[in-house]
Amino acid sequence: MNAPFFKFGLFGDDVSLIVAFVIGIGFGFFLERAGFGSGRKLAAQFYFTDLTVFKVMFTAIITAMVGLFWLSWVGLVDLSLVYVTPTYIVPQVVGGLILGVGFVVGGYCPGTSCVAAATGKLDAFVYLGGIIVGIFVFGEVFPLVAGFYESTPMGQVTVPQHLGMPYGIMVFLVVLTAVGGFAGASWIEKKMATKVKES
Amino acid sequence: MSSSEKTLTIDNAAVHKRTIVAREAQPYWNPYIAGLGLGLVLLSSFVIMGRGLGASGAFSSLLAATVNTVTPSHPASNSFYAEYLGDGTKSPLKDWLVFEVLGAIAGGFISGLLAGRVRKTVEKGPRISVRTRFVFAFAGGILMGFGAKLARGCTSGQALTGGALLGLGSWAFMLAVFGGAYAFAYFVRRQWT
Repeated sequence: MNAPFFKFGLFGDDVSLIVAFVIGIGFGFFLERAGFGSGRKLAAQFYFTDLTVFKVMFTAIITAMVGLFWLSWVGLVDLSLVYVTPTYIVPQVVGGLILGVGFVVGGYCPGTSCVAAATGKLDAFVYLGGIIVGIFVFGEVFPLVAGFYESTPMGQVTVPQHLGMPYGIMVFLVVLTAVGGFAGASWIEKKMATKVKES
Repeated sequence: MSSSEKTLTIDNAAVHKRTIVAREAQPYWNPYIAGLGLGLVLLSSFVIMGRGLGASGAFSSLLAATVNTVTPSHPASNSFYAEYLGDGTKSPLKDWLVFEVLGAIAGGFISGLLAGRVRKTVEKGPRISVRTRFVFAFAGGILMGFGAKLARGCTSGQALTGGALLGLGSWAFMLAVFGGAYAFAYFVRRQWT
């Protein structure tokens, strides 16, 4: 078996769009199942009362990360053919901060707002309008911010490459950290629940 | 019909309505089960396509297509739009992320429908009006759209996908997202709590 299938030419561009739609269905389904169609549930992450966002996101990250690592280790997937977004460290951190503020103010991120709109949340429709305006503003000022956008390029680099550490060790460390994080998250939720009850 | 009978009917209707509502909205799945499902979807995307999930890119394609239709001369002179328009041989909407997001909308709707969660509501805390919530939602969306473009992706493309691939910029981005959201949460607490 040679994977990624698309990169080995098992199917063409037109079929890839059908694949995209089917994968999208799974994506939206599990986002909704997790409760990510609710802005209140998403925002609760940032008030420590419901840490579902952290739990779901890190379970998904370690599932895909460990799965991909094993499949590549047994030789089924060529990891070098899986696209890694190139690192431009400073604009990514600044963009992340802006996006984080947008998350807690707006209540969603782009993917979750689609699911929220699909399940009838009117504020998600307004939010989607905001996203389009935000991208439009970025597009219009792009000639002015292009220099910053292209600054601090580091290429398609991974954390283990940057630290000069074996990929497998990094995978193991991330899993350990996530499991510790899950225990911590449940502890915080219990603490917050009693605090809310007392007040 | 006597007045006591009427009251009884109304009471019955109220009780009946309550049971329907209670039966309708099922609880969300355990976060670890939902996360496992999401992770397997992401993993299949890696294995089948050699790429991860995304969301904000689809909106960029939609916007680029719209701007190109309204003022065809404008996007050609701007490299941001040009990137999404490609060489002009195919529609910018015939794009992987556009189809993936259409699928996500369908998947979210299917899940919500099966669990009785499709309902016209506004997500907000009890202390603010719907109008104020809409203002916040719009402002938050603008920041999200701008930030996602500057960071080359959003929570799906950078944090989730890049996180699973251990991308350096993606992990820095993810920490920044949580940092920004936690730092600003205090100022918008009236909206949610």
